[in-house]
Amino acid sequence: MASGTTTMSNDTILKVEHLSMRFGGLMAINDLSLEAKRGEITALIGPNGAGKTTVFNCITGFYKPTMGMITLNQKSGKQFLLERLADFEITKHAKVARTFQNIRLFSGLTVLENLLVAQHNKLMKASGYTILGLLGVGSYKREAAAAIEKARYWLEKADLIDRADDPAGDLSYGAQRRLEIARAMCTEPELLCLDEPAAGLNPKESLALNTLLRGIRDEGTSLLLIEHDMSVVMEISDHVVVLEYGQKISDGTPDHVKNDPKVIAAYLGVEDDEVEEVISEELEGGAR
Amino acid sequence: MEYFIQQLLNGLTLGSIYGLVAIGYTMVYGIIGMINFAHGDIFMLGGFAALIVFLILTSFFAGIPVALALLLMLIIAMLVTSLWNWTIERVAYRPLRGSFRLAPLITAIGMSIALSNFIQVTQGPRNKPVPPLINDVYHFGDITFSLKQLVIVIVTAVLLAVFWYIVHRTPLGRAQRATEQDRKMAALLGVDVDRTISITFVMGAALAAVAGTMYLMYYGVASFTDGFTPGVKAFTAAVLGGIGSLPGAVLGGLLIGLIESLWSAYFSIAYKDVATFAILAFVLIFKPTGILGRPEVEKV
Repeated sequence: MASGTTTMSNDTILKVEHLSMRFGGLMAINDLSLEAKRGEITALIGPNGAGKTTVFNCITGFYKPTMGMITLNQKSGKQFLLERLADFEITKHAKVARTFQNIRLFSGLTVLENLLVAQHNKLMKASGYTILGLLGVGSYKREAAAAIEKARYWLEKADLIDRADDPAGDLSYGAQRRLEIARAMCTEPELLCLDEPAAGLNPKESLALNTLLRGIRDEGTSLLLIEHDMSVVMEISDHVVVLEYGQKISDGTPDHVKNDPKVIAAYLGVEDDEVEEVISEELEGGAR
Repeated sequence: MEYFIQQLLNGLTLGSIYGLVAIGYTMVYGIIGMINFAHGDIFMLGGFAALIVFLILTSFFAGIPVALALLLMLIIAMLVTSLWNWTIERVAYRPLRGSFRLAPLITAIGMSIALSNFIQVTQGPRNKPVPPLINDVYHFGDITFSLKQLVIVIVTAVLLAVFWYIVHRTPLGRAQRATEQDRKMAALLGVDVDRTISITFVMGAALAAVAGTMYLMYYGVASFTDGFTPGVKAFTAAVLGGIGSLPGAVLGGLLIGLIESLWSAYFSIAYKDVATFAILAFVLIFKPTGILGRPEVEKV
């Protein structure tokens, strides 16, 4: 699985090279290359239909790219070619976790159980796959306590600790978003891919999300996120990649991207002055 | 009054057996949304496996303690049915997962016919009697309660407790519930979905084997057609209680058992199955999700 075909400095966690994805006659992504640095928050932005979610789906194994190479470079130096792995292997071996645009929690399970499902493999291994193991013989008890400890840690971080025993479906929308992120973190990923984590959040929830994401980054997990909410993107990203019609049109720091005329044109259309004003105001507002 | 209580006890015993089988139906439905029509025959197979073990034990090890014999019968019957159910899931259902809904249903019916005919051919079409294993009977006034009824009810209760624990308190059960709710997401979080589904089939089969052994012990006879009527009744129990709901399956089983024995006691015994199914029809008309079933929520 490990491959040494590309040379990569150790501070790059994800390298996408010449990625193309074709659906019949539609070229959803066309020769896209991008890099995400370890320990940074990389944002993928662009107008609707630019191909952001398609890039995510290629990275996390939902789609097999038509062309191109996606290399994940782990802290240990191990490299994985993600386009060759099945989706569950990407979580398990390459340590990439993701969330979806729509919330996909196990709504009938409690908040805590949602986080424990994410640690399923570890727990089953500790139980030795036997009934006796599950009933608490051997190393299972210790491992189970550790799993709950880890779940509690992320619940604290996500400010959900008081809701641990409630069914996940009873949480508010913003809390469910945070729970999804906490659940993804319980799989111990090196790269966390978030598809529009701030969608539908109110400003206060958005702020809580920013804090959570920064906390995750500071603990050493790299993030790749798709986001429409510019206040989130400009506030927390270290690096922004802008897509339009499946191609990269800009790449750099939030400040660089914000002032890139190509980006402004893509977002606003060149002629529509009124919209331009509104959005550039928003961009500035976000940067404050 | 004594007569009524007597019938209540009989109904409870029978209902326990139905409940154990119903759990197999409801779990499989819960996790992959499919009715495993071969499950009734798994129950029948369990009875036959227990019968064969019993005959071997009594002819080669005469004088073996009854409790030990019963334990061996249970364990071997559970192993045989588990293996069988695991195999049919592997060869007949898994390749059809993701196919249109009717395909696995038809395969299940095929598996059911294959199994009952296999038993008919290898074991003969006639009813197989077994001498009663446990003869002790307790009298409370006019009420008679046999030890075998007690064994059935206690074994059922213990199994349900163990089962509840596994489903609600262990990572395995958590994985089952997660798979039930969102298979793709469970896989993304590292749950081996295929294995979890296999284990669900194995668990259902093990419970059915216990029920088959109990049934054999209770009625003292095994027939290759046993998979059908009791099987369909257990299925009815699962639907009555709300398919997909574990407590519902047990409740449905107990209700069906009670309806059956009370109807036989006070009305015509020939119409006991009519009564059972008529009640099912009423429940489905007025509460289509069953007694404890949750209404299907439209996903947006």
